[in-house]
Amino acid sequence: MSATAHASDPLDTVTGIPNGKLGLWLFLASEVMLFSTLFTTYLVLRMASVEWPRGWEVLNVPLAMLNTFVLITSSVTMVLAFAKAATRDKKAFNKYLGLTIALGFVFLIVKGFEYGAKFSHHIAPSTSIFYAVYFTMTGLHGLHVIGGIVLNALLLYWSSKDWDHPLFVGRIEYAGLYWHFVDVVWIFLFPALYLL
Amino acid sequence: MAHKKHDAHGSQDFISKYVFSVDHKVIGLQYLITSLLFLLFGFILLMILRWQLAYPGQPIPLIGRLLSDNLAPGGVLSPTFYNALGAMHGTIMIFLGVVPLGVGAFGNYILPLQIGAPDMAFPRLNMMSYWVYLPGGMLMLLSFFLPGGAAQSGWTSYPPLSVINPGQTVWLLAMLLIITSSLLGSINFLVTALNMRAPGMSLWRMPVFVWAQLVTAVLLLLAFPPLQAAAILQFMDRVAGTSFYLPANLVVFGETVRAAGGGLPLLWQHLFWFLAHPEVYVLILPAMGIVAEIIAANTRKPIFGYKEIVGAMIFLGGMSFVVWAHHMFVSGMSPKLSNFFLITTMIISVPSVALLTCLIFSLRGGSIRFTTPMLFALAFLPLFGIGGLTGLPLGLSTTDIYLHDTYYVIGHFHYVVVTGSIIALMGGVYHWFPKWFGRRMDDFWGKVHFWGSVICMNGVFFPMFIQGLSGVQRRLYDPTAQLHNLPTQPLNIVSSVFAWLLFVAQIPFIWNFFYSMFKGKKTEENPWKATTLEWACPSPPPHGNFEKTPHVYRGPYEYSVPGHKNDWTPQHVEA
Repeated sequence: MSATAHASDPLDTVTGIPNGKLGLWLFLASEVMLFSTLFTTYLVLRMASVEWPRGWEVLNVPLAMLNTFVLITSSVTMVLAFAKAATRDKKAFNKYLGLTIALGFVFLIVKGFEYGAKFSHHIAPSTSIFYAVYFTMTGLHGLHVIGGIVLNALLLYWSSKDWDHPLFVGRIEYAGLYWHFVDVVWIFLFPALYLL
Repeated sequence: MAHKKHDAHGSQDFISKYVFSVDHKVIGLQYLITSLLFLLFGFILLMILRWQLAYPGQPIPLIGRLLSDNLAPGGVLSPTFYNALGAMHGTIMIFLGVVPLGVGAFGNYILPLQIGAPDMAFPRLNMMSYWVYLPGGMLMLLSFFLPGGAAQSGWTSYPPLSVINPGQTVWLLAMLLIITSSLLGSINFLVTALNMRAPGMSLWRMPVFVWAQLVTAVLLLLAFPPLQAAAILQFMDRVAGTSFYLPANLVVFGETVRAAGGGLPLLWQHLFWFLAHPEVYVLILPAMGIVAEIIAANTRKPIFGYKEIVGAMIFLGGMSFVVWAHHMFVSGMSPKLSNFFLITTMIISVPSVALLTCLIFSLRGGSIRFTTPMLFALAFLPLFGIGGLTGLPLGLSTTDIYLHDTYYVIGHFHYVVVTGSIIALMGGVYHWFPKWFGRRMDDFWGKVHFWGSVICMNGVFFPMFIQGLSGVQRRLYDPTAQLHNLPTQPLNIVSSVFAWLLFVAQIPFIWNFFYSMFKGKKTEENPWKATTLEWACPSPPPHGNFEKTPHVYRGPYEYSVPGHKNDWTPQHVEA
């Protein structure tokens, strides 16, 4: 994740934007395209269907609501972790990043309960086109949550030895950008699948 | 972890130097060799397939016996294996051959050098791009050994057949790896070109090749994720039993397919072509960049309309996202929608023509050196022109309805991709070979390769226009099965014989390439007397490229500037 093996100052770039930050924004642009394609697919399939189940009638809205709060809270703790890294408060940083990771796990566990309830009723992706969309989109989002947890856990691990690295605060910022993106995707997924 | 060991400066054993290298030049050469091998392999698949087209139902000589009985019973190609060969030829040539060659090999090696950077912005991400691409490619090849054989639904993988046919699951997995590799690469290219330029290298001083790679990277970045999403959905259809692309009550071979239904086969076509149309420009833009570099160096004058060329490339890139459905005029699309895509397609032909015109005007008044790379660049101009112009009737919905899925289409896109992209990329190999290995390729064998290739390529693809205009459909297992195909059947033989001769014409290239790599004539750092930055460092460039960061004082193509002593003024020279 370091910039280059050669550049003397990794922040000294032509555009003034660090390589890592620019790279991450470009990556997020491609992620936007990935998820927009899925949302478009959802729209097209729904418009072409004769009937489409109401999300709130077949899905567990309270659990999803809980998960929405969990993710939003985790975005707040992520911002706090970044702020603490910037002000060099290592103890508070560890606390908030740890909390972010824990909230990520909470989200996955709640999601697991939701999936489990569906499977126990013999509802699977193959049940109907609605459930195909539901499982594929939330599943892909879940994979992104796992990716974010792994990334944050690595940073938590690195903080013990890389704390004084000039790029460290930047890395927390980029991880935060990614985490907020995962959050934003859920903010769109939740109403699209559960409430509409 | 990142900075603990100083990447590649420390240990320089064989593995870290040549296998898991973080040096953009080594990765570029890895891409070069790998993609050339894939091109050769894809071409061999085609040669087998062309036997069936020329002599349908007759056992294939030599190779027929080597193939197992379920692929070719009695040496005769089976219909399913024929379909697999066609699908894999297209996939391998495009996704494992031409794109990795134009972007992975040339982009990786040349782009950092031309902007005066020591390496790519993310060297280890770069290494990962290659090491995701190679397993993806290997996986694609391994699919031949699956019980049901390789994918059989064409390189476009149209559902519902692609959901039902065997072999497709591994195809999708391989595609996911290849797409990931492209995404990582495109991020790296964009950050490098925007952030790592040497002092004085403003955007308007970047060589055309760098601009071409920049636009290409944007296309890869934004067009590949939709295909990735589409591939995930098709993968779900095959593995998890969903029916994104399967309608209800679908009957295949007299049996109703068990599926939840509610899916749309057309959805795949939209998502696929949303990638695959920009992909056409991913194939051709690096080629155009290479041609511009070669023409500038070999006419000894600035290329005509540098800013216009760059502007046309950017416009082309943007427009390429709104033309995709011109591949779908016969899919039952509403005429109003057809008109929209017809108009955008006609608009996108304008920058393409502008690009070609600028390159042709660049020749005017130049003192042309007919070197081997220049021959390839010159051949590109008319042949790509044929490819482009024959595309117009396909972009007009009225004529497309007649020509759709005929051999005319095959002729058109092979003129674009083979006599366009591949010809230019071959020219690029001859042009930059001295930079890569510090030695030159033999000129005589280079010219033999050039004339052999150009003549044979036309021999293969030109008859296809005639076949297509007389109504011969593509993807036919036995072209003689329909009466209306019989009059043009001799042309199939012409095409096939030229395809095999084209293979023979590549032998001098293969020999020349490897012989010159070790035994070729040694060369100085700037054998062509060119002006761009890659010629300012030693050949081959050391790790880190430039001894000290070059400073850029002028535009990329200052040849024959009045009042200067030489007819070339490199970008990094002050006066």
